[in-house]
Amino acid sequence: MRLLTHNMLSSNIKGVEKGFPLRIEAEKVVEKPVEMNADFLKKMFEKVEWKAFVEASRSMGYSNLPEEVDPAMLESDEFLSRFHHALLELHLEEGALVCPETGRRFPVNKGIPNMLLHEDEV
Amino acid sequence: MWFLCVFYHRLLDYRKPEVESLAHLFGAFQDQQNGDVPSQLQWKLPLHHHSDSPFHFVNLPSEQVARSIANRSILVKGMYELWGEGSSYEELKDSVLSYPDERKLPYLEAGSTFKITVDSFGKVMSLDEQKELIQGLSYIPFKGQVKLKNPDHNFWLIEIDNYGGNNGLPPIIQRRIFFGREVGGADRKLIPTYQLKSRTYLGPTAMDAEMAFLMANQALAASGKLVYDPFTGTGSILVGAAHFGAMTMGADIDIRVVRDGRGPNCNVWSNFKQYGLPMPVGLLRADNNRPPWRSGLKEIFDAIICDPPYGVRAGGRKSGGRKLLKGAVEPYVVPDDKRTDHIPSTAPYSLVECVHDLLDLAAKMLVMQGRLVFFYPVLRDDDCAETHFPDHPCFKLISSSEQILSSRYSRVLLTMVKVGAYTEEIALAARLKHLEFRENHVKWLQDGNLHSAVFSPIDSQLPEAGDSKFIKDPKPKYRGKYV
Repeated sequence: MRLLTHNMLSSNIKGVEKGFPLRIEAEKVVEKPVEMNADFLKKMFEKVEWKAFVEASRSMGYSNLPEEVDPAMLESDEFLSRFHHALLELHLEEGALVCPETGRRFPVNKGIPNMLLHEDEV
Repeated sequence: MWFLCVFYHRLLDYRKPEVESLAHLFGAFQDQQNGDVPSQLQWKLPLHHHSDSPFHFVNLPSEQVARSIANRSILVKGMYELWGEGSSYEELKDSVLSYPDERKLPYLEAGSTFKITVDSFGKVMSLDEQKELIQGLSYIPFKGQVKLKNPDHNFWLIEIDNYGGNNGLPPIIQRRIFFGREVGGADRKLIPTYQLKSRTYLGPTAMDAEMAFLMANQALAASGKLVYDPFTGTGSILVGAAHFGAMTMGADIDIRVVRDGRGPNCNVWSNFKQYGLPMPVGLLRADNNRPPWRSGLKEIFDAIICDPPYGVRAGGRKSGGRKLLKGAVEPYVVPDDKRTDHIPSTAPYSLVECVHDLLDLAAKMLVMQGRLVFFYPVLRDDDCAETHFPDHPCFKLISSSEQILSSRYSRVLLTMVKVGAYTEEIALAARLKHLEFRENHVKWLQDGNLHSAVFSPIDSQLPEAGDSKFIKDPKPKYRGKYV
């Protein structure tokens, strides 16, 4: 699971008000190189919840992202490549996503988060 | 500028929508975007031709656009600048000779290379006949060298005749001959490269490569775009989109399909690796009925492409047990020590509910002008001429293409464009509908049970089964699998 996916997901258990951001429990993080596409990054930049994104990248062991951002930074290649790396190249291979409100763990195995709810959660 | 557009004689309903979509992708309508009315191309038919004919004329802004469309398409055999046409070779000659020299001479210059191909539709021509026809073109002042492999200019002489069968089409009344310069054509080599029989990881409903590419074209998949498939299965639809450079994301409710596959080198990832395509940016297990997207997230996908489970070859599932949704039992409370390995029960997911959820998800998550492309099953014995397709206030249906699967049912590829923003009212209406589905779960499952309509024995459908076996089915068949 890449951080792009993480930034889109929340815990949707019945009754949970604030299921985002899911806390990352990282057991195994791998890096997989991906070709950079600046247009794609610029589009995604508008959609990403930055604070959650920085926090998530830190829990994956990457702390080279600025805390505060503004769209002007997209002109910098340096920033783009860091954003690219954190958004698309860091993979959570094994671990879990934890609901911030209930502590429910959504396991991540072989890079695939299991977001399916139990019977008493729907 | 008008071009002769010759199609492959298959998937008839899919051909013009594909060209229309690619025309959008390659900017044919850039100057004439008028709000929410999607622009359309102008088409003409040759004299006496039926709209299912492989021969059409299409008006495109430039040769460059025509070339881009033809080269990216799956069903365009060739796009040609027409130099002449006629009902006989004499008429053709007059027509070619009267075509302006300034359009012809640049392609006939000394120092260039060329090739003439003779093609026919509805008849077979021997090599000798072809040679004779080519020699008959000596009135065209070719100055270049003949080169059969990768020439600079490709010329085509195409003859259509109603002689010897009509290819399942209403007969073409008149013989017609075209001569033109090729501008571009589909790369059909893609299809054997991606064919399912050489794909490592397959499921029972894997989408065939040709259709997956057509879906990707309808969705305008291209580099820098994010394409999502909520029923991804083995990823066969996303493979098509990834081939055209899109970033892909997929979800499925079945964890075995999406995570485990059939071993370390036989899973969704390996299907992308096999063709050297970039991996999906995200794969997850999620329920389309209860999507796990964060509440503030919207307008992130450029396209959603999918083949929803319609319960003929595979049925849909959603969270919650069968008895739970009937209200027969209280939710099972999972003991704390079993939480990690618990396998939640699922219940059947009716097509109506599934399509409702899909439209609601797409209305929220697609960018404006984003496309929703999906298959919708239709029973063929419906007497009503007008089929009712699902609709949504945010979407405009721009094409529907039927593919006949059996005498009982077809699937229709629907392409919708998001033309309206997702508002509070629409979200509220969707929530109410969601509750209604939950309350009347059983009713929705019984309504429109496609599986029994497709598979029930003939006798139970037709009381006078004895006679009906001998009555010829009046329904047209030629839009079948291979046409």
